[in-house]
Amino acid sequence: MSAARSFGAADRRLLPEGRLAGPMPWVIAIMMFLTVLAAAAGLGLGGAASSLGAGLANRVTVQVLEPNPDRREAEAARALQRLRRLPEVESARRLSAGELAELLEPWLGAGGLESDLPIPAMIDAQLIPGARADSLRAAVTAAAPSARIDDNGQWLAPLGRLISALKWLALGLVALMIGATAATVVLAARAALDTHRATIEVLHLMGATDVQVARLFQRRIALDALFGGVVGFGAAALALLVIGRRIGALGSDLLGSAHLPGTSWLALAALPVLGVGLAMLVARATILRALGRML
Amino acid sequence: MNTGTTIVQFDNVGLRYGTGAETLSDLSFSLRHGGFYFLTGPSGAGKTSLLKLLYLAQRPSRGLIKLFGEDIVTMPRKRLPGFRRRIGVVFQDFRLVHHLSAFDNVALPLRVAGVDEKDLQGPVGEMLAWVGLGHRASARPATLSGGEQQRVAIARAVIARPEMLVADEPTGNVDPEMAKRLLHLFDSLNKLGTTVVVATHDLHLISSIARSEMLRLDRGQLLDPTGALRHPPRRADA
Repeated sequence: MSAARSFGAADRRLLPEGRLAGPMPWVIAIMMFLTVLAAAAGLGLGGAASSLGAGLANRVTVQVLEPNPDRREAEAARALQRLRRLPEVESARRLSAGELAELLEPWLGAGGLESDLPIPAMIDAQLIPGARADSLRAAVTAAAPSARIDDNGQWLAPLGRLISALKWLALGLVALMIGATAATVVLAARAALDTHRATIEVLHLMGATDVQVARLFQRRIALDALFGGVVGFGAAALALLVIGRRIGALGSDLLGSAHLPGTSWLALAALPVLGVGLAMLVARATILRALGRML
Repeated sequence: MNTGTTIVQFDNVGLRYGTGAETLSDLSFSLRHGGFYFLTGPSGAGKTSLLKLLYLAQRPSRGLIKLFGEDIVTMPRKRLPGFRRRIGVVFQDFRLVHHLSAFDNVALPLRVAGVDEKDLQGPVGEMLAWVGLGHRASARPATLSGGEQQRVAIARAVIARPEMLVADEPTGNVDPEMAKRLLHLFDSLNKLGTTVVVATHDLHLISSIARSEMLRLDRGQLLDPTGALRHPPRRADA
């Protein structure tokens, strides 16, 4: 025997209503749906920001604009050689004619490079982390006076900041949703206490401890939260899969970079479990506080 | 068993609900372990309020109450459940849990005390049979008559063999024959050492327990503070 133990198998009978009592499970399902979507947006945008940072932000493109083909070739070779010797440059390579043709095909059509149009020579350089494009400028222009350096990070910075802001907004929404779910549980626990006040008084007068009484409600609220969590997560996962397919069909590299890897899905799947834990803790604290006001 | 020692001690106890006048005033008395007490008095005298103090549903506004040798006025709230388990209560309005069967209502104190399910089937069944409700074990209170509900309430109060039984008008809704059976149950428990306190208007009931003592309340005060009139008149057949 133990004073703090539950009522055992009789638990289920001590509170009269069934598991899905009132609107709480459905409110939790809606909250969980929105939370999972917001968390998925946060995780996806976080992934996109990382992928942008890793893929482009640390790279520079050097264009050698000299119109004379021979001098352009000579300047490009000097620029490439110079770049490879700089300590800030991790690697540098010149784009082949085929790659240039592929880049220009949308504007010039197939065979655009075969015309007399002067096409700049292009060098793609990967910088070491923390290096700045400005520090290359003097060395590259000394080797190739017609060279122009495009810092990818410079034009990506506003987009990166937007994505980062959206990521934090999404995570803020998750935090708000968690707060709203906790508030819902508090209201549901108080309503349940009011509904079952007569039963609670009888249990108290027979010597039931606050923890024994709280366990009755915790169990019920955990079941409601589990139902709401599973339904909300299922609906959100379905919505995310549909949206993922639509994004995949667009073929956009930028949108495609916001995909959810397996670890993100695991994090999302943990949300209903955390929801049940949160609901139980909040319900327990609410009920123990309310019972503490009774004799 | 500590028969003869003091189980309840009241010293200048007063009880006031809210800001109203005192419902109970200057109550000073003691109850012996193993005693059988009737609490009488007109309606509104404060009998139910006094019983509430005894079964720890209320703390007094002033004065000292010792229960089982401990001061329960200043006792921390978390210690009260342990004391409540030592007291059986028959409420005037029965307070049965309406969605539970008669069996589950009677089993409640045992479940609260953590008795295993397999260990409570027999005692609960026997107790229901004893109060004549063995065949209604699965009935909900709403389908029971007032008298049957009262018997379930009494069975629930005594199932855990409490050290003190407090009953508020326990025979008010039963026929004389059942009243006699229930009183016999209280008497048997009392002989086993349970202190019994019964609030009643029924003088016939009072006179049927030879060794009982009487506490008379009127307007919140004991009419017999010295205890000189504690022993009620006896029936010839008692």
